[in-house]
Amino acid sequence: MSELHAIEVIVNGKIYERQVESRLLLSDFLRHELGLSGTHVGCEHGVCGACTILFDGAAARSCIMFAVQANGHELATVESLAKSQNELHPLQQAFHEAHGLQCGFCTPGFLMTLIPFLQENPQPSEAEIREAISGNLCRCTGYQHIVDAVKLAAEKMK
Amino acid sequence: MKPAPFDYVAPDSLQAALALKAQHGDDAKFLAGGQSLIPAMNFRLAQAATLIDVNNLRELDYVRRDENGDLRLGALTRQRRLERDPLVKQYAPLLHDAMPWVAHPQIRNRGTLGGSLAHADPAAELPVIAVALEARLKAASARGERWIAAADFFKGFFTTDLASDEMLVEVALPPLPPRAGTSFIEFARRRGDYAVIGVAAVVTLNEGGACDEARLVYLNAGDGPVDAKRAASLLKGQKPSAEVFVAAANLAAEQEINPIGSIHASPDYQRHLARVLTGRALKQAFDRASQ
Repeated sequence: MSELHAIEVIVNGKIYERQVESRLLLSDFLRHELGLSGTHVGCEHGVCGACTILFDGAAARSCIMFAVQANGHELATVESLAKSQNELHPLQQAFHEAHGLQCGFCTPGFLMTLIPFLQENPQPSEAEIREAISGNLCRCTGYQHIVDAVKLAAEKMK
Repeated sequence: MKPAPFDYVAPDSLQAALALKAQHGDDAKFLAGGQSLIPAMNFRLAQAATLIDVNNLRELDYVRRDENGDLRLGALTRQRRLERDPLVKQYAPLLHDAMPWVAHPQIRNRGTLGGSLAHADPAAELPVIAVALEARLKAASARGERWIAAADFFKGFFTTDLASDEMLVEVALPPLPPRAGTSFIEFARRRGDYAVIGVAAVVTLNEGGACDEARLVYLNAGDGPVDAKRAASLLKGQKPSAEVFVAAANLAAEQEINPIGSIHASPDYQRHLARVLTGRALKQAFDRASQ
């Protein structure tokens, strides 16, 4: 049981080679093995969306995937967004300006959900935004400021 | 909230995957999208000695039409692809309409057609669509292949006709006849939540504009897709009218579905919703059939 598997994964453009137990969740791999603790773990059963990352460019929940499944795939986490310590991604900047976060726990999941969404829908309607974020829970904002932030981000990213 | 230990294998061919399943039987589970299996494993509601990851079987990810006009869908086709595929939109509009109701985009990016069908959750959309469209499901094992009618595939709560060495590999959807119309309507508390109730309607009209064939199939209304055959037969020979829709909706909602309720909805409320949604679905399906 649970022998180690060698995996090679590209995360945020960097290649990592690790030995993982088969039952290691991808979210725990990112946080504990790679030290990328920006990916948050909320419910651990695919409901809250806090652990959302990009798996081969598509938003997916890292708490309901195994690390071993990422072998040979390319991932992106919230750490990939800001260009530098001083320059936020336009989507992050919009969340900052529109008060799209309070405690911030859910924010990485929202951001990683919204990155591909805004690529596909550069000018989304409010209804489309609300549907896009339906798989992410926020217990602080009541969502209104998040919706405002997405609208602002769409303007910034034009 | 961490899964119990298990052995993991990721075969590169269907043949190898089926040989592994034949070897391990019920001790092994196939891992496709994992969007239901892994949460259940995290909760330790599900436990497998061995997981056979089938995500490398790219040959099972396809949408195409065969020479008979059947839409052939590979079991590993991601739900997100079904949602967007132009062939699905054109030839299986009911499936196209239902896809946005399947959980959230993040889930549909990983979740697969075959995984959802084999999981057989009574609240899931895809089993209902398979029954409503009279899909045929292909099971493969080291012993060979067989086709199963969707109506015979679902055997109750999370239970299918698949044997312990079989894998669902393909879904075939027959073409809709001329003058057919479909509708899918679901009520959920929030977008992406499990359905409180949902209904798929398929109607075919004769040349005179009366109903020739009808099907009404419900989700979260029993221990699997609930095919309301008596309500459907009530529609046969009838021209569309509010009275006919009400009669069929009442029969299905009061006598044919068997909702069990939840903390969010009593069975009575589910029956009420079924009545209302059936009326709307029939109206839309008849309207589309007569276009």
